[in-house]
Amino acid sequence: MNERRAEQRHNKLRDFAASLCFLSPSLLGVGVFFILPFGVVIYYSLIDGVGTRSFVFFENFRKLLGNSAFLLAGRNTLLFSAVAVPLAVVLSLGLAVMLEARIPGKSGFRTFFLSPMMVPVASVVLIWQVLFSYNGSVNEWLGLAAGARIDWLQSDWNIYVVVLLFLWKNLGYFMILFMAGLSNIPKELLEVADVEGASESYKFFAIKLRYLSPTVLFVTILSLINSFKVFREVYLLTGDYPLGRLYMLQHFMNNTFRSFDYQKLSAAAVIMAAVMVVLIALLFKIEDWFGKDVEG
Amino acid sequence: MKKKRLFSRGVMFLLCLVFSVLFLLPTVLTITNSFMSESEIRANYGMIFSASGGGFVSEHVNLKFIPDRVTLSQYVSGLIKSPNYLVKYWNSILLVLPIVIFQVAIASVAAYSFTRWRGKVRDGIFFFYVILMLMPYQVTLVPNFLVSQWLGIINTPWSIILPGVFAPFSVFLLTKFMRRIPYSLIEAAKVDGADEWQIFTKICLPECRAALYSIAILVFIDYWNMVEQPLILLKDADSQPLSVFLSNINSGEIGLAFAMATVYMIPSLLLFLHGEEYLVEGIATQGSVKG
Repeated sequence: MNERRAEQRHNKLRDFAASLCFLSPSLLGVGVFFILPFGVVIYYSLIDGVGTRSFVFFENFRKLLGNSAFLLAGRNTLLFSAVAVPLAVVLSLGLAVMLEARIPGKSGFRTFFLSPMMVPVASVVLIWQVLFSYNGSVNEWLGLAAGARIDWLQSDWNIYVVVLLFLWKNLGYFMILFMAGLSNIPKELLEVADVEGASESYKFFAIKLRYLSPTVLFVTILSLINSFKVFREVYLLTGDYPLGRLYMLQHFMNNTFRSFDYQKLSAAAVIMAAVMVVLIALLFKIEDWFGKDVEG
Repeated sequence: MKKKRLFSRGVMFLLCLVFSVLFLLPTVLTITNSFMSESEIRANYGMIFSASGGGFVSEHVNLKFIPDRVTLSQYVSGLIKSPNYLVKYWNSILLVLPIVIFQVAIASVAAYSFTRWRGKVRDGIFFFYVILMLMPYQVTLVPNFLVSQWLGIINTPWSIILPGVFAPFSVFLLTKFMRRIPYSLIEAAKVDGADEWQIFTKICLPECRAALYSIAILVFIDYWNMVEQPLILLKDADSQPLSVFLSNINSGEIGLAFAMATVYMIPSLLLFLHGEEYLVEGIATQGSVKG
């Protein structure tokens, strides 16, 4: 009896050692480059940077939340997400449903829709500029006279130009996720619906969408996260100080890096991290909830 | 009923055609325009970029698919006459290749650990990796910047390569792939007396070959496209990758920019054409964030 327990303990120890061996390179790197410094970031966000390095607790956060540039950047980022995310979800679902129908040339279409994801943004911003400049092609096509032209990139319209670029780049990716979700729907269910004479729209809303709900949520969160990264597109199109509604959180971070204001940077990073953790927790909760619903 | 279905299929086909044109247009235009001479570019797009220097500038912008005269002159001046672009291109390669290779290598070992041994603590660590993976640059760049300063590698490629090598994305995705390997395979090897390293190299890695390729593609495209990290971590203009430098081209060299933009997308487009099936598999596997 005792011997068996000793052996079990021995096995457990060996497993633990082996698992640690395999995990340690990654864990060490993550610790050094992400966890440890993030601890310091939290520390920086709580202290007074200028002289004493004394704890000021929430003073840095209070200052940040009163900073007009941060608020503008936060508002713009949220506005962008509010426009881009619903469009991304609906359009990519639409594309996936179309490619699921029996139409010729499906695999070609899939390749075309997915191709933008493999094209570096830096490579296509030139064409985007040709299309949307004040003297650009879109104004030309719309037949707008010189006076009535819209300066797409330098006015409040610019956010929609970036939404377009965001959709162009991301729709294919999300479409693949939806196609994978669609292929997981039990075929028998749809066959039964066919036998019973259910309409296409009933099949879509009552069966497919119900089974797709975890994918819908996943794509929603993923596109929300991707929309926080849209700085890249904005920067390449319009540079460091964009006009109108395109001043994003990452712009704020970049410009704060330049002034070496660690307290401000750290507080902003901590706030962003907290928002993300809340979003991710929400995602997990909802996934749990819907997963049970479908399985049960 | 049948007629109606045929009609809706026709509408879908047309819609797909329209979307295909929209999706392909920017890429195709960039490529075709790269074969225009500088004077043709100036004539067509002079209105937009207000190029310095003389020559004929059309009053309207002329978006053209096919150049009047196909020429490789932009490629010649970009790749042979001035070393600037080649240097940036080389910078990109030197940054991205080590990240892809080592991120996948380290991730494969870590993924094996997450696959082989489960438990509260280990699943907790995995969960933490997922959260880290989802963090935007606004969060991760500040820690990266601090560490790079401490280690004295700021403004060197290492400040991008090292955090890239340890980025948790590959660990997450590869774990999802590895957990699909039937447990009986591992069990059988154990019975035959294989140790963990042998199980990993002789069974897990060969089983995951396709997965490794698809992850490598995803990591490659992510870093080939990077902008945020070099902007913060590489102040020196000479060490910037082409993905950042392309946007800094001055307005007199638009033709050149088209050519270099095309050259820059070639590696990722080739990867795409070769590995589309793997890429699709890799994306589809991300289907949910849970392990």
